[in-house]
Amino acid sequence: MAEQVLMLALSPTMEEGTIVTWHKKEGDSVAQSDIICEVETDKATMEYEAVNEGTLLKILVAEGGKAKVGEPIAVVGEPGEDISGMLKEAEQKAEPAAQAPGASEPAASPESAALQVEAAPAAGPTGAAVTTPSAPQVPAGQLKASPLARKMATEHSIDMRVLRGSGPAGRIVKRDIEKALRQVASYGPAAAVGVQGPIAPAFIPSAAGPTASGKDERIPVSGIRKIIAQRLAESKFSAPHYYLRIDVDAGEMMAARQRLNARLPKDPAGKVSPNAFLIKFVSETLKKYPVVNSSWQTDEILRFGKIDIALAVAQEDGLITPVVRGCGSKGIVQIDRELKNLIDKVRSNKLTPEEYSGATFTISSLGTSGILEFTAIINPPGSAILAVGRIHKAPVVGDDGTIGVRSQMMLTLSCDHRVIDGAVGAAFLSDLKAFIEYPIDLLY
Amino acid sequence: MPVIAFRQALKDAMDEEMARDQNVILMGEEVAQYNGAYKVSQGLLDKYGPERIIDTPITEEGFTGVGIGAALVGLRPIVEWMTVNFSAQAFDQVLNNAAKMLYMSGGQLKVPIVFRGPNGPAEYLASQHSQSFQAFYSHIPGIKVVAPSTPHDAKGMLKSAIRDDNPVIFLEGEMMYAWKGEVPDEEYLIPLGKAEVKRTGEEVTLISFSRSMQMVLEAAEVLEKEGYSAEVLDLRSLRPLDEEAVFASVVKTNRCVIIDNDWPMASFGSYLGWLISKNCFDSLDAPVELVAMEDVPMPYNHTLELAVQPSMEKIVTAAKRVMYV
Repeated sequence: MAEQVLMLALSPTMEEGTIVTWHKKEGDSVAQSDIICEVETDKATMEYEAVNEGTLLKILVAEGGKAKVGEPIAVVGEPGEDISGMLKEAEQKAEPAAQAPGASEPAASPESAALQVEAAPAAGPTGAAVTTPSAPQVPAGQLKASPLARKMATEHSIDMRVLRGSGPAGRIVKRDIEKALRQVASYGPAAAVGVQGPIAPAFIPSAAGPTASGKDERIPVSGIRKIIAQRLAESKFSAPHYYLRIDVDAGEMMAARQRLNARLPKDPAGKVSPNAFLIKFVSETLKKYPVVNSSWQTDEILRFGKIDIALAVAQEDGLITPVVRGCGSKGIVQIDRELKNLIDKVRSNKLTPEEYSGATFTISSLGTSGILEFTAIINPPGSAILAVGRIHKAPVVGDDGTIGVRSQMMLTLSCDHRVIDGAVGAAFLSDLKAFIEYPIDLLY
Repeated sequence: MPVIAFRQALKDAMDEEMARDQNVILMGEEVAQYNGAYKVSQGLLDKYGPERIIDTPITEEGFTGVGIGAALVGLRPIVEWMTVNFSAQAFDQVLNNAAKMLYMSGGQLKVPIVFRGPNGPAEYLASQHSQSFQAFYSHIPGIKVVAPSTPHDAKGMLKSAIRDDNPVIFLEGEMMYAWKGEVPDEEYLIPLGKAEVKRTGEEVTLISFSRSMQMVLEAAEVLEKEGYSAEVLDLRSLRPLDEEAVFASVVKTNRCVIIDNDWPMASFGSYLGWLISKNCFDSLDAPVELVAMEDVPMPYNHTLELAVQPSMEKIVTAAKRVMYV
């Protein structure tokens, strides 16, 4: 029986998608998990994996065309099947003034097909052939999910519209919710109020008044905003935060950066950023203080075997924390290239969940916005986050009592007291300061 | 622990109860001089004599009614139906006398009787002698229906059935009489209405009873080899039904396959499926599956005969379907 292929919410906030490319043409056979098209969402260009099986009978939305989430984009069924009724229905659906949905739906409820008997029924007592009634179709646009999946989604406040069901015809089942929960558990954007420099300005709206109309507006909370709200509140209210602040002379670090960049003038990747230096210094310091590279897991403390450092990066609606993996064994230039690659992906909305989740430590910098110092909210599963202020010239009284002009930078470390005690946090921050001020110490 | 056959376990149960209570009698076609069509009553005539081990004419309605009358006046008869297929002749006695007397007499007349015999398909017995009666009998309020799957359960439950003050339909299986299993020497009783988890698992619950249990356990083995963990629940008693055990297992595994070797429409399995869908709705990750007999009279052709019944392969397929694998 022919089924409509519906536009799915391929990102948490997506309401509409644009078909970029069709990978299948009409008449092609489609198997589950085949990539049938690419869809541009509000965040990224995503591959659309088929959940229906059969032959692609009709493409309803051509390349470049848009469809709202839940609207049909194609029809899959048996070759030669009559789909004229379905096409008419799809057309009506696309028009806002269409007749009330469900008017032409089969009367039987899906539950009536719940008891499925093995194999097809055979002849009845009279010998007349009994036709197999096919299961009633769920109205297009209606969410298909097992009762258990629905219950779990309600319990965990998961918006099922953003999930892709792995059951028959896209039914959302337990394992899909479990997968979503794992992703939420390691979802990055719980980090900070931080915004990373290079992409920040483009996202700051420049409306004349607070709202265009001058009246109060109610903005619906997007999926990503919900997750940020939930995760940040969870972190802030469950992890007892405390803050340590230290003033660092960034002069040596900036000089080292200048020398390094002077020797890499023609590199197309551009200059090595101060963030790469910071990540390297932090990872070297974490090696000395594995306690800081740990996670509170309620009945145990997880000490991470790797140093995966995230950098908070602003997005249009929210922020995201791309992670540079295995920083402990990488040099500054390599860290910088990987970081740039990740930030490029953020800009083109191609960052995958694997690339922004599970950081063991996070850095947030508001320096390019001119902020001198701030405190950040810890980004789980990590236990500490470093808030980096603007590098600025300031008069500093040196050890010998003379006043000199230095490049100062304020670092604020937020720690989860359940894992990191004050003395350890202080020692970590103090050693980090030493590395930044005397980069050559890294060799000792 | 001694290993004995199913028929031996049934005989031992009757023997022990007859020794314990002189009101217990056995009657039916060929139960006495021929020692039972399936040799379940072997030796009982010699031990208890023709007064208590009674050969009846081939008159199911007659001797079933005689048994009910005997129960009403104080005996505890065991009526053997040579096969439960033949009980169709006696259905009115069971439905209207055995099942109703306690209710219609306002609790004054109890009917402590056991009807027992082989139920369901065996082999090469064609349409009229291959039928399953669990749906017919478990449909009726006022009687109990039990269907054990091992010699151990058969002995403990038959003893409980004989001591029960209600009419009990005790379903056996022709193919099961030679099945062997461990049965302790010492006396024990198994209460009617208690299911048993015959195998624990996590991902799907397979529910069955009686003869089908063997292929259900085989299916669970096959699933385990493929990396799936199936729980197997033996109902043992259809009425009263151990709903608590059923729901507990389904709530744990989230998925359920019922195996009932009977026609699917208005069957015991379809009722159980409804019960689970209603009570475990929020725990279900997939529709409840029913592996039943095909909706046809039993073919005589042996290949077809096997093809219309549940099989280990059908059970594995259904389990995989509810697990979405």
